[in-house]
Amino acid sequence: MATLDTPPGAKPPEVKAKPNVADALKNIFTSDDPDPQRIIARRRRFVMAGVLGFLGVNLLMFLRFFFPRALYEPKTKFLIGYPSDFGFGVDTKFQNQYRIWVVRNTEGVFVISAVCTHLGCTPDWKPSENKFKCPCHGSGYDPEGVNFEGPAPRPMDRAHVELSPEGQIEVDLSRLYRWPKGERSEFNDPGAIIRV
Amino acid sequence: MPDGNGTNGSAGNGAGGSEPTNGAKKSPVTALAEGARAVKTQAVEEIKALKHPDKTDVWKSVLRVKHDETPRSRALGVLSNVFLHLHPAKINRDAVAYKYTWGMGGMTFYVYITLVFTGTLLMFYYHPSKVVAFRDILYLEHDVPFGKLLRNMHRWGAHLMVIMVELHMFRVFLTGSYKKPREFNWVVGVLLLVLTLLLSFTGYLLPDDQLGFWAVTVGTNMARATPLLGHDGPFGRQLGMTPFNDVRFGLLGGSIVDSNALLRAYIWHCVAIPIIASAFMVVHFWRVRKDGGISGPAPVQLESEIKEPRKL
Repeated sequence: MATLDTPPGAKPPEVKAKPNVADALKNIFTSDDPDPQRIIARRRRFVMAGVLGFLGVNLLMFLRFFFPRALYEPKTKFLIGYPSDFGFGVDTKFQNQYRIWVVRNTEGVFVISAVCTHLGCTPDWKPSENKFKCPCHGSGYDPEGVNFEGPAPRPMDRAHVELSPEGQIEVDLSRLYRWPKGERSEFNDPGAIIRV
Repeated sequence: MPDGNGTNGSAGNGAGGSEPTNGAKKSPVTALAEGARAVKTQAVEEIKALKHPDKTDVWKSVLRVKHDETPRSRALGVLSNVFLHLHPAKINRDAVAYKYTWGMGGMTFYVYITLVFTGTLLMFYYHPSKVVAFRDILYLEHDVPFGKLLRNMHRWGAHLMVIMVELHMFRVFLTGSYKKPREFNWVVGVLLLVLTLLLSFTGYLLPDDQLGFWAVTVGTNMARATPLLGHDGPFGRQLGMTPFNDVRFGLLGGSIVDSNALLRAYIWHCVAIPIIASAFMVVHFWRVRKDGGISGPAPVQLESEIKEPRKL
């Protein structure tokens, strides 16, 4: 500020003082300037900076306002019963409550998150056709949730499963195992399937 | 006259065709020089715009500019006041040439007024809460006198407004009415199109039925793929985006389409976007006046209007 506001032709100060608020304010509100227009311009700039800064901070507060700290959403961790409760194939009894399907195949029991990987609708289980079919845009998945038709880019995600101390299956929908196209399948990772 | 034009045109073409063969020897050099000059003037213009952004047309169109303090510009400040120009003092007869304008802009505005009116009435019975929203819709449909009529006017009017806005844009495009001096108003119009679509989209969720719920699920899932700001988009994950802090979360107020999403859609639909859209509409209509009225065919003068020269 100091160098900017010295009138042209004046000698620049030899030693640059450390910037401090008091000097800056004194500089802005000083009235010993031969040109009164410059005094007004300096003060006006200060007020404008204050107003814009205030509005800027307000905008940031406004944006932050839309991201609450706590949420009241359905639990993502829950018990669904014993592995022996689920027979071979697809079980849809938790679809309405938790939006999952429990599947048993020759390898074990795993839980598919019932969210189409295209745009997030819930596919329907079609027992007669032995496949999942999404009503929104027609993605089709085989009984293990692997896509074979329609726009879905990858198989449906699987939820983390583990056995609770009393032997029930505990599902954690916040930990998903994915198999993106052309990448490594996470479906065989520990926790993606209970081998029984 | 048509014959004359035709011959003139062909003569011009003939001359144009013969000239390059005459000047073929010097043409590469002159063409190069001309090209270089054009590039130079363009570069000079661009540097000017960079150094003084407040001198560009875009700046002067969007922000307030200082005028000379003359009586004329003071008078113009009053005369070009937006509220005096929402309705024109006089219009060209050809401005109502419906074959040319289709009247789509004006009709869109009247549909918008209808939507504001019916929407306000619907607000008397609708609670934006997950528990009762759909029940309120059924209540409106079956138990409120004229509720079904109002709801259907609002719904069909909304569809109609989107169609009309698009037809309006189509007409403006076909007639080249986006060209100078109306390019700024074209930009305002595109913003209004986006706002119309946003109004349509936010209104979709409000009945809280299966159709709207899944439409909004699909629509907001696209926001996952936003570059930088979405957790599935390019560079989103690297910037620390998760389903709990990205742009989709900001739209929904949660990681799923739930009560917060319904409330947010309601507020955007009923308060924020209508206010923003109305402001842009005011600017849009004002610019129509300022840019010389509704674009139309070349003005015609009827024979009956041609006055006899006054004899002295």
